[in-house]
Amino acid sequence: MSAGAARLPAVDSPIIRTEQLVKHFGAVQALKGVDLEVAAGSVFGLLGPNGAGKTTAVRILTTLIEPTGGRAEVAGFDVVKDAEKLRGQIGLAGQFAAVEQHLTGLENLEMVGRLYHLGKAEARRRATEVLDRFGLSEAANRPARTYSGGMKRRLDLGASLVGRPRVLFLDEPTTGLDPRSRLGLWEMIRELQSEGITLLLTTQYLEEADTLADKIAVIDLGTVIAHGTSDELKDQIGGEVLELRVADRSQMGHAMTTLAGVGGTPVIDEVAGSFKIPVGVQGASLLSEVVRRLDDAGVKLADLALHRPTLDDVFLSLTGHTAEEETGEGAAQGRGRRKRKKEGAA
Amino acid sequence: MSGGSVTPVGGSRLKWAFADAMVITRRNLLRFIRIPALFVFSVVQPLMFVLLFRYVFGGNLVPIPGVNYVNFLLPGIFVQTAIFGSTNTGIGLAEDLGSGIIDRFRSLPMARSGVLAGRTFADLGRNLVVVGLMIAVGYLVGFSFQAGPFNALAAVGLSLAVGYSFSWVSASIGLAIKDTESVQAASFTWIFPLTFMSSALVPVTGMPKVLQAVARNNPVTIWANTVRYLTIGRVYDPVHHVSILPAPGDTPASLVVKSSLWILALLLVFIPVSVRTYRKVA
Repeated sequence: MSAGAARLPAVDSPIIRTEQLVKHFGAVQALKGVDLEVAAGSVFGLLGPNGAGKTTAVRILTTLIEPTGGRAEVAGFDVVKDAEKLRGQIGLAGQFAAVEQHLTGLENLEMVGRLYHLGKAEARRRATEVLDRFGLSEAANRPARTYSGGMKRRLDLGASLVGRPRVLFLDEPTTGLDPRSRLGLWEMIRELQSEGITLLLTTQYLEEADTLADKIAVIDLGTVIAHGTSDELKDQIGGEVLELRVADRSQMGHAMTTLAGVGGTPVIDEVAGSFKIPVGVQGASLLSEVVRRLDDAGVKLADLALHRPTLDDVFLSLTGHTAEEETGEGAAQGRGRRKRKKEGAA
Repeated sequence: MSGGSVTPVGGSRLKWAFADAMVITRRNLLRFIRIPALFVFSVVQPLMFVLLFRYVFGGNLVPIPGVNYVNFLLPGIFVQTAIFGSTNTGIGLAEDLGSGIIDRFRSLPMARSGVLAGRTFADLGRNLVVVGLMIAVGYLVGFSFQAGPFNALAAVGLSLAVGYSFSWVSASIGLAIKDTESVQAASFTWIFPLTFMSSALVPVTGMPKVLQAVARNNPVTIWANTVRYLTIGRVYDPVHHVSILPAPGDTPASLVVKSSLWILALLLVFIPVSVRTYRKVA
């Protein structure tokens, strides 16, 4: 009995937990054994490029698809065995606003309320409440197709809240939004967290994860390659980063040989004509030596900076490519979603 | 904090499944009403068939002794229209898959059957409207039910049941192909031969021998002739071998039985196929 009691979930036990989650789509391995733990009431960022497996993970956690292997629990329910019960506890808002274009904002939310099995009056009450909260009251009786992109996204987010979920999944909530709408959405996400809702959001924007998430998991090619707080991740690549941009790109190679042995392995950005060297904590003392060596070698610099690493640097040093680059397994994310991808990009 | 959503138990499960289906039906019907082009074209096409066949082919090409061609034509049009209308089920589902709204539905605590049931119910309602309009137009061009209100209702009911069973055929195709335009193209490759190689618009007796054999066994022929029987309440002139009974030994009663069995067979095959494809389609 006592052994059993020891395994009972503690107060701070994770509200989302996955163990060795695997998903295959035919020959494509979208997830190759993902372990995640998300604390109740936190904002968790799943960060990775297109095709990393973020959407696949969200689709499994929201019971849309079943994993090929491993297990996952959300709000105490197994995503496969207790899928039906779980659906009453979660909300999902996607990358592509899944609202019915030909229904009004109010009708959209009422429909979702009815599908949560709320009574007619309660469904209407909550729909009105949500519209009000998201500044859509005036547009309540207009068909959703007349809404702007930002409004549609807010309506979509609103729809995911009608059932008052304990856990909210946001799959790339700000993709394709203009900066103002993006900031507005960030504000809403913080507000929801303050109300005790646990949020899992996927993003390919490092800035977004950095700003919003308490904990971040970096995912690439179906594997979690790093996790922790934003600060922990930045520390992983060791203190500061020296960023150099040569004035003449043909001197890139020359510059790098000249600086061989200084700091860690440099990461090159061919397009920008720059490279970054992790330099640990003694960056400032190295600075003069770097300048002297390059000067002696006759390499002209366009820019030289010493800074604390951004998540971009973390991503680069972990994966060898930036977060925005499409990886080879881009197709892994979604069969049948290609059409939406195009719309999203437009 | 937790959502006040109700998890259905036991007997109420069926009640909720029905309620969910009704919510989705309403949504689909609202779509139908609010997209004027969709409404107009779903009516224009069968209307065109009525007028073309009534006045272009008229009865010159296909004289049927003892029967006004318009009374021969309209029952066939009802069945054809219902089958054509059923293609909307597959197209609509493919569209919903593409728009992401099915993902939303699947993440909600609603009955899993709701999306498919709601879609097919809505298309049944839509077919009811379109067949109703065909009847109205039919009366304008000389058509009339001649076997009493009960048989008339049975004729309409049978046409709609045919459409409903084909909605599930269409759902299977739509869910398997998933791309709206491909679904549309795919639907017409089977729907044209199926409805034209039958007695829907012309008697099979005018067809080449081989085609006649196919047409006589085509379920569309059986349905069209049953609806004809229910419309005029009699079998045609046997002297001229223009009978609505497709095979020797058929009686009006056996026709009704065969019609029902074909509908039942389609439902028994394609409902499970659709449901299974829907489950896997994520």
